[in-house]
Amino acid sequence: MTAERILEVAGVHKSFDKNKVLDGVDLDLDRHEVVCLIGASGSGKSTLLRCINLLERVDEGDIRFEGASIAREVKDVDRLRSRIGMVFQAFNLFPHMNVMHNITLGPEEALGLDRREAKERAEALLERFGLSDKSEEYPDRLSGGQQQRVAIVRALAMRPQMLLLDEVTSALDPELVAEVLTLIRELAEEGMTMLIATHEMGFAKDIAHRVAFLDAGKILEEGPPAKIFEEPENERTRRFLQRIIAAGRL
Amino acid sequence: MMGRRGVLISSASTVLFIVLVGVVIALSPGASIVRERFFDWEHLKNSLLGSSTTPSVLEAFVLNIKIFTIAEAFILVIALGIALIRAVPGPVFFPLRMVAIVYTDIFRGIPLILVLYMIGFGVPGLGLQFLSSRSDVTYGIIALVLVYSAYVAEVYRAGIDSVHQSQIAAARSLGLSRWKAMRYVVLPQAVRRVIPPLLNDFIGLQKDTALVSVLGSVEAARAAQIYAAEQFNYASYVVAAVLFVLITIPLARFTDHLIVRDRNRRQAGATT
Repeated sequence: MTAERILEVAGVHKSFDKNKVLDGVDLDLDRHEVVCLIGASGSGKSTLLRCINLLERVDEGDIRFEGASIAREVKDVDRLRSRIGMVFQAFNLFPHMNVMHNITLGPEEALGLDRREAKERAEALLERFGLSDKSEEYPDRLSGGQQQRVAIVRALAMRPQMLLLDEVTSALDPELVAEVLTLIRELAEEGMTMLIATHEMGFAKDIAHRVAFLDAGKILEEGPPAKIFEEPENERTRRFLQRIIAAGRL
Repeated sequence: MMGRRGVLISSASTVLFIVLVGVVIALSPGASIVRERFFDWEHLKNSLLGSSTTPSVLEAFVLNIKIFTIAEAFILVIALGIALIRAVPGPVFFPLRMVAIVYTDIFRGIPLILVLYMIGFGVPGLGLQFLSSRSDVTYGIIALVLVYSAYVAEVYRAGIDSVHQSQIAAARSLGLSRWKAMRYVVLPQAVRRVIPPLLNDFIGLQKDTALVSVLGSVEAARAAQIYAAEQFNYASYVVAAVLFVLITIPLARFTDHLIVRDRNRRQAGATT
């Protein structure tokens, strides 16, 4: 099997004022691969995802998506973003639009689909993830878990080449986490390429092809989940996982 | 929500309050003079409907409504334009933003009455063919639009700023351009949030239409003044005041209605 490289992150640095958040990150992703980014809050997970989606510009280093460098000169930022889906910790649904409209906005306005096509696409996705009865609801009326599932559907409606998930269950009540993780697992089984920043270690262990441990803006260790979780090489990885185990999260 | 008991208590206390105010006024030494000068039935009626020698305050008030309606339409559009210009990012557009900032600074700073004088008496003096032979009412409307657009632009801007960055991030991450994110995601939320202060400014605008009279137009306040000068009676002012209040109240209630409707639509049955 020759894997196709979809994303290459090389030596990426990013600071906010004097605060160095990313300090030389290297990370590659193949198509159909699921990589989980783990690490303490503030280790740079979100910033890395935001850099890949060009919501932040990198200071140094390069990011290549589907072979082309996107870190510096991108002719069409909007088109690039429409090919990379992003799901946020706080859902970020549009509160003034119902579920259907939240999902069709991107396909209609960024991809230029006509209303009927966009609607069909949305309906099919809602149906598939058991959200059909919510299509007329406004986000405020949905549970956190439903909102996050809608946010994932919204990203999927763009038919992205890759999904970036930024701690998508961190804002959820514990009993609502499972429904979101189940959906993500389904996507993984289908071969969706995903880069997932997460605190759900059990989930990462389960779903990831590779796990990368990010600490103080650097990837200290990466490898198959079995290796990272069972026999971490780096001292800091070990200590991080011990704290997680002590907190009963693994 | 008030229960039946609550409604009963509030009505009773309202009635008591009005009676008390009435008694105080009736017992004051100048009570009869006040009644005669301000609330004489004949004068109220004559000033409202007009007579052979005096203008009708009601008819004059139609001019206020006309001025208000036309000015409001322009203000809504121009102010939005200014607010959007101020939201355009990037160093290239600095001069454009600068113009918008200077505009709002100047026109929020100058008293409306001075702007009225400058436009109403200054522009005709310029001798410009297109601009200099307009009616007083037109100059009045231009002055109102200039001043109020500056205020309303700031209201819009506050609304735009109040929409959280994460909403823009979500829109942009879908591949929407900056302008489309503004149009479909930021503006609708911003406008909803600023409806109350926006309508508040329009209530101010309704009242300030009276100032256009300094250019010579006979609107309600001016008509009332003519009546008072002619008849030595101030009932005309009461009539004009009541007319102004009568049109602002529906606007205020309409604002409340919009707020409640929006909240209900989004939150009905919400389980937090």
